[in-house]
Amino acid sequence: MATTYRTCPVSGLQFEDQAEKLMRWNAVAGVLWLLVGGITALLVILTRWPAIKLLPADQFYLILTAHGIDMLILWILFFEMAVLYFASSTLLRCRLATPKIAWLGFWLMVIGGITTNIAIFQGESSVMFTSYVPMQAAPHFYLGIILVAVGALLGVAVFFGTLVVAKKDRTYQGSLPLVTFGALTAAIIATFTILAGAGILIPTFLWSVGLIKEIDAQLYRMVWWGLGHSSQQINVAAHVSVWYLTAAVIFGAKPLSEKVSRFAFLLYILFLQLASAHHLLSDPGMSAEWKVLNTSYFMYFAVMASMIHGFTVPGAIEAAQRRKGYTNGLFEWLRKAPWGNPVFSGMFISLVSFGFLGGISGVVLGTEQINMLMHNTFYVPGHFHTTVVTGTTLAFMSITYLLVPVLFRREMILPKLCQIQPYLFGISMSVLGLVMMGAGTLGVSRRHWDMAFSGAPFQYEWPGAAYLMMGLTGIFGVIAVIGGGLWILLVVGSLLFGRKLDGGKVADRPTPIPANTQAASAVAHGSDHVGVPGTVVLALLLLVSFVLYYFVNWKYLSEVWLLS
Amino acid sequence: MSAILPPSDRLWWKQPIDKVEWAWIGIAFVWGMIMFVMMIYWHIYGKQNLSNEAYKTSPEMFAAKAEKFIAENTVRTETEQQIPVVKVPAGGDGYLIARLWAWYPILELEKGQTYKIHLSSMDYNHGFSLQPVNINIQVIPGYEHVVKMTPTKEGTYAIVCNEYCGIGHHSMLGRIYVK
Ligand code: HEM
Ligand SMILES: [Cu+2]
Ligand SMILES: [Cu+2]
Repeated sequence: MATTYRTCPVSGLQFEDQAEKLMRWNAVAGVLWLLVGGITALLVILTRWPAIKLLPADQFYLILTAHGIDMLILWILFFEMAVLYFASSTLLRCRLATPKIAWLGFWLMVIGGITTNIAIFQGESSVMFTSYVPMQAAPHFYLGIILVAVGALLGVAVFFGTLVVAKKDRTYQGSLPLVTFGALTAAIIATFTILAGAGILIPTFLWSVGLIKEIDAQLYRMVWWGLGHSSQQINVAAHVSVWYLTAAVIFGAKPLSEKVSRFAFLLYILFLQLASAHHLLSDPGMSAEWKVLNTSYFMYFAVMASMIHGFTVPGAIEAAQRRKGYTNGLFEWLRKAPWGNPVFSGMFISLVSFGFLGGISGVVLGTEQINMLMHNTFYVPGHFHTTVVTGTTLAFMSITYLLVPVLFRREMILPKLCQIQPYLFGISMSVLGLVMMGAGTLGVSRRHWDMAFSGAPFQYEWPGAAYLMMGLTGIFGVIAVIGGGLWILLVVGSLLFGRKLDGGKVADRPTPIPANTQAASAVAHGSDHVGVPGTVVLALLLLVSFVLYYFVNWKYLSEVWLLS
Repeated sequence: MSAILPPSDRLWWKQPIDKVEWAWIGIAFVWGMIMFVMMIYWHIYGKQNLSNEAYKTSPEMFAAKAEKFIAENTVRTETEQQIPVVKVPAGGDGYLIARLWAWYPILELEKGQTYKIHLSSMDYNHGFSLQPVNINIQVIPGYEHVVKMTPTKEGTYAIVCNEYCGIGHHSMLGRIYVK
């Protein structure tokens, strides 16, 4: 098929015409969903803020359902499609396999997303994104999600196809770049995930139209979390790839060890599929042995993988900086990093917040017995706003500062605001996560409209500290919405009004990636090894926080009623 | 050269791994094992483990058992709705129904006694969230979960529903007395 290839004069990246259009459309669709999700976020936060309590109960649950779906599924998935096309066609400098199918996938996702949103806003589908049976939504709620899943599966297939094209056309030599490898792991996990999703959503859809009589409520939770948990693994693989990408682009950083980083990605594939168990730790239908095995054996290897990436990403940056001469002390490399560049600052806040807050809280939450202290409390959304928001969303936001000039050929407007946006969003969201976890530690429930229990036959007064935490949730939530809204404004504003940039040379065939010369590999191999003492210190700090917090929670557990 | 290019060393898998990286991998692995052993240790020596005892049931079957328990052990009624307060026999079985939107009945327990509390739902998923103790257990329709509990302090406790169960979710508040 005839297509063209554009070489970006700024970055040297080469964009195939179809892939470029798909990336743009997917990214823009993602941003629009983030906009809808952001509006719902504001309404949710203003309702959970006890002093304001904006919406009535029915609207709150409706809006919260929309928030979960539009953020977690639609914003993230559309952006990930763009990441997949970038990691395949752009990094491998080849044409996209079957662009028609990729477009079909895109439109299915669009139609599916709109369908599900229509169902939600019609008001008969306030079931939350988890849609636990036997609570029932309108049939088109499930149908829309199924369409999104099929569309995403087509996109994933196009990604695999593109890897084959690159291999066949010999556009690169040797192995896949690490970032593409990371995207490949995300795509493999996505395939499994979507199949698990089909396994539960298709029967649920049939049940909603009356073709199936009953779905076991426990079985639903188990299979649903096969979808729900693994899809978070896609996000982790995707944002870790984006971290590596950022480190490579900003610092020219190369992985400390290709072997270690790839092995860590591989661990995600091997051990994440079964980690859905940690969503079922306080359920009746599973034995303790099953829970312990699944959380430890399967989850801790994935945790190990994240700990490895958490070391090798800053390690790669430190090594690159030290090679450039920033060798004083432990942290000159970090002090002299481009903190004014939102691509870097966003990525680094994402890394730190994901590791220290999201990672540690996730493992503690996923410990079989400790889970009883937090299950379904506000701790849970607190935890995942420091994974999927400060981790994934912030990583995607920061890489967009790179993509706007390179992919959309527009200069970012208002550079001063661009500089502060990652701090505003990243820090307020991290604090939001923390105070949500604080409220959860005090018992406050998630998905709960009224801390005063109006209409209940009894009274229960939450401790004053819980109200304090919820008030802080309100304040930092509003700041986070402003930070997120600012990003949308900057990005959309730049796409519409940013100075147009030169697109660069267009050719009708790709320029292959130059082969590595013998000399280059000799350099990489030999004497240029540099130590990364700063990263070691950061890693040990993480470990110490991790261990302390882990055992503090066992202490809390030992103080509650005895259970056996 | 970098993470966006093919590895510069085509035989990258033969490159030795740096000592520091090995050390970190080792630490992460050992820490994972410690966390694994900790859960097993707690099953043996810890005093807070979620019960494994659960049975398939149906709302009708569970309600029948619970009604029998309530009829035999009610000591008084409380609130305008005349909710029965049921004294669970020391060391015996108590039943707690979760339904839209109430925990039924009110249970009365004694400090230091061990009870087998049977939990199930009549309709949707619900969340047993004992406050201010902060113990949280999922309650699922069709499953009867038998949880052994020993209260350690006297007082009036609330059961908040912390699994979203529809429009009245926030009003689903139950009560346990510990004497
Ligand atoms: C922009 C600022 C945001 C704020 C202030 C915010 C706030 C909140 C709050 C307070 C809750 C808990 C509500 C409750 O359980 O009662 C919540 C739930 C949730 N949020 Fe966000 N959020 C934001 C952004 C995001 C983003 C970017 C994502 C995903 C990428 C996300 C995904 C979710 C999900 C999946 C839930 C769970 C919904 C449920 O329980 O069904 N949020 N959010
Ligand atoms: Cu309930
Ligand atoms: Cu409820």
